[in-house]
Amino acid sequence: MNAALSAAISIGFHGLAYAMVLYLISVGLSVTMGLMGFANLAHGVFAAAGGFVMTRLMNGYDVPFPLAVAAAFVAVAAGSVVIERLLYRRLYGADELSQVLMSVGLIFISVAAAKYLWGPLAQPMTPPAYLSGQIELGARSFPAYRSFLIVAGAVVVTLLWLGLERTRFGARIRAAVDNRRMAQSVGINTNRLFTWTFALGSGLAALGGALGADILAIDPGYALEHLVYFLIVVSVGGLGSIRGPFFAALLLGIADTGCKYLLPEFGAFFIYALTLALLLWRPQGLFGRA
Amino acid sequence: MRATAGRDAAPLAVEAMARGHRLRAWELAPWLIAVLAYFVFPSYLALGSQILISILFALSIDLILGYAGIVTLGQSAFFGAGAYTAGLLAAHGWGEPLTGLAAAALVAAALGFLSGAVILRTKGLSLLMLTLVIAAMLQEAANKAGGITGGADGLQGMEVWPVLGLFPFDLYDRTAYLYSLAVLFLAWLAARRLVHSPFGRSLTGIRENEARMHAIGSPVFRRRLAIYTIAAALAGIAGALLAETTQFVALDVLGFERSGSALIMLIIGGVGRLYGPFIGVPLYMIAQDRFAQADPVYWDFWIGLLIIIVVIFARRGLLGLAEQLLQKARRKP
Amino acid sequence: MTSRFGVLALGASFALALAAQAGAAETVKVGVILTYSGPAASLGDQIDKGMSLYIKEHEKDLPKDITLELIRRDDTGLNPATAKRLAQELITRDHVNFIAGLIWSPNALAIAPLSAEAKVPTISSNAAAVSLTRLSPYVARVSFTLWQECLPFGQWAATKGGLKKVYIAVSDFAPGHEAADAFTKGFKDAGGQIVDNVAFPVKDPDFVPFLQRVKDAKPDAVFIFVPSGKQATALFKAYDDLGMRAAGIKIIGPQDIVPDEELPNMGQEPLGVITAGTYSNAATRPANKAYVAAWKREYGDKTPPGFMSVGGWDTMAAIFGALKATQGNPDPDKIMAALKGWKNPDSPRGEIMIDPETRDIVQHIYIRRVEKLGDRLANVEFETLPMTKDPWKELNPAK
Repeated sequence: MNAALSAAISIGFHGLAYAMVLYLISVGLSVTMGLMGFANLAHGVFAAAGGFVMTRLMNGYDVPFPLAVAAAFVAVAAGSVVIERLLYRRLYGADELSQVLMSVGLIFISVAAAKYLWGPLAQPMTPPAYLSGQIELGARSFPAYRSFLIVAGAVVVTLLWLGLERTRFGARIRAAVDNRRMAQSVGINTNRLFTWTFALGSGLAALGGALGADILAIDPGYALEHLVYFLIVVSVGGLGSIRGPFFAALLLGIADTGCKYLLPEFGAFFIYALTLALLLWRPQGLFGRA
Repeated sequence: MRATAGRDAAPLAVEAMARGHRLRAWELAPWLIAVLAYFVFPSYLALGSQILISILFALSIDLILGYAGIVTLGQSAFFGAGAYTAGLLAAHGWGEPLTGLAAAALVAAALGFLSGAVILRTKGLSLLMLTLVIAAMLQEAANKAGGITGGADGLQGMEVWPVLGLFPFDLYDRTAYLYSLAVLFLAWLAARRLVHSPFGRSLTGIRENEARMHAIGSPVFRRRLAIYTIAAALAGIAGALLAETTQFVALDVLGFERSGSALIMLIIGGVGRLYGPFIGVPLYMIAQDRFAQADPVYWDFWIGLLIIIVVIFARRGLLGLAEQLLQKARRKP
Repeated sequence: MTSRFGVLALGASFALALAAQAGAAETVKVGVILTYSGPAASLGDQIDKGMSLYIKEHEKDLPKDITLELIRRDDTGLNPATAKRLAQELITRDHVNFIAGLIWSPNALAIAPLSAEAKVPTISSNAAAVSLTRLSPYVARVSFTLWQECLPFGQWAATKGGLKKVYIAVSDFAPGHEAADAFTKGFKDAGGQIVDNVAFPVKDPDFVPFLQRVKDAKPDAVFIFVPSGKQATALFKAYDDLGMRAAGIKIIGPQDIVPDEELPNMGQEPLGVITAGTYSNAATRPANKAYVAAWKREYGDKTPPGFMSVGGWDTMAAIFGALKATQGNPDPDKIMAALKGWKNPDSPRGEIMIDPETRDIVQHIYIRRVEKLGDRLANVEFETLPMTKDPWKELNPAK
């Protein structure tokens, strides 16, 4: 197998796995920012929380992997509702600066809390035996867990898109994102919709954080370290869009991996340049409304 | 995303504008306090000069955020550009501090002009992201150009000459403190003049109602670009000050944390009032210093708590809270 | 009657005053700058524990009337500007007589000019950048330099190690570059071939894309340097995920990649990895056995001692030794004179000495292999390169 093709396959594979994780985490942010107009920089906290819950259950209590992941989704979604009622709700009408400030305060508190509960080191995550090792496909081997990540990500994305197209809940969300006042006037209870959407978005972030613990290590500083990338995915994808962040994540994941592989001397420079170009070309994002 | 902080400050702002730029007694208070601090806290001058420099930096953000309504998370690009300019000059044989400041201001202003020309046509989230991304690109470039900038290890070998040939930089940061204070004072005077000038007022108009400003023929884009460039120059001066007073430059001068925490300090103090930085920055930095010494492992918890308390109880920053209380006091019969 | 009483009282109080003066202890202050928070807090913990253990075991060895006071400051990680400010405050606010600790080379490089300006003896317990001791005549090092470890290692790898083609992958900062340069020189001079090299970002890299590139280039081995701690663990995980061992690619590097205190958490992947280092807690010399036993008594079994803790231990040994030689006089020039040529024959890592010319450390370098000892993995020393000086200083004489 010639070197160029092999390199392309390596990049495509790892890039796709990375993109799945980024998408799962960022899609919730896109929806809540588009729907609620809330500048929530603390979204990464929910992703990290998912990772922490899953690893604690697996490492401390020997809970099997699928159960631990599901528990992470449910626990964080439920917890996010509590935080939404306590903190976020107070600032729904407020200006963006106050929202930014509040979410940053939340990040700081979560970092300290994570340190306190789990210590300063990254949580080790060992995938179950049936997802470890290598998968042989022809002349190449692929890490099994990352292959699983791609498949699992694809399944979740499909369910999400179908859910949003086919269910009433999905229809309500799309309506409210399009035109909130109109949605209210046709009888959609936007407050309750906010809460449910917030829970779903945070749950998805938790899922992404938990499944992606292999790629984005779960340490207390998680929410701050990866904030810029989540924001890039959302802004390039288009606020309020569900599909937009997917293509943005794909672009970002593959470009980032490609750079590390082919041009490591440039570091993340290329990603930022790409974001600059994309946002100048389409400031509303790939799938946003102008 | 449009910053609407100014709308809330309307009553007092109108009053202030009406009175023009006459200097009032209480405006001298921060300067008196700063000079007093020099004598009362001689062993804290390192922290003191860093506070003064951060006030200047936050002031530069206030000009574009509070007065022109541009939300930025990338002001550190100009801070860092100024820092590396002054740093590289001093490391390659030209350690004169005042010309270092001037060079830094020029470089930062040029960077501000060029980047502003490209990105200021957008607004909202995309503008925010563009400011962020430009700073990030600059930081990556500085990292990779390690041969010139020292990369992650920092710029070595800076030798800064005495200020005006008379005042060398000493270990106790006496010169550093007074030098930073003088520069901050001059910058503040300039900013104050700017804000009360017709140009400054047109900025407030742009922030409050851009459509109307377009309608009356105001050159909106040019004005925004102008203030963006001026603010970049100020940020560059702040960065050069840091480089000269610590005789060291590392990559964090271009970092997201620097932009982010300056924004936080500004919001806590109060945006769009020119004095917000003077309240927010010392409060935040002294609290951070104290928390870090008291609880080195979990100090971020206390900072986070402080921030959330301020957001919930002092929505328009501490100055906004002060204004509210003043208004209530005035209404009492 | 009263006058006699008065004279007695006067005499007694005078005598008491004299006695108090004689018994007045002088406090020697040591400013300790380490990382106590954040992801690298475990490193600061190691060094701090080593320092405290030495003080506990040897307190009685101090010259009488001297009490040692440690003032600890947290640099929060690789943060040269913060470290510089902390050092400045320790010097001007707390008036320390020594500065010790210093994990990260960039932090140490930022502090060195201060130690020269204020004339404060500064001892690096870990920072390994070669130029450090040249930046100030008041800096000494008791840890190691990467040239000291990696140049002889490169020579060994090409000859006895039997490696022909090596790929170099290091973290993108001073120690990484030094490790790469030193190993490359040793390896190529002895006939080996360097396939290519790549640099990891310093903060939180995802190793997989980089290691994939290494794997696709098919070298005999990859020489890796990453900072000790969580990055080492993440690295081996990526190595495992990509199936590189099965593809026949070995990992080699300096001791930072298989730190003794992390080995229990690193799974089975590091088995067989060969590194060059200065200390392994599995060493059988009596000084080490005593050290490990004392450590277990004081700190229990959870966190074993690693090479960083020995850096802390020997830092205190050096300070004690210098104070003993100057009879408790903390005068900076006398202290530096005492430190030059100071030896510790009983260090847990074997004999060490501070080179009087360069103020850098001279010590044995060991080639070790990760093996299973009982139920744990450990670094087993199988070859010793005795009393090695820092070769970079010899290759680059001071101007």
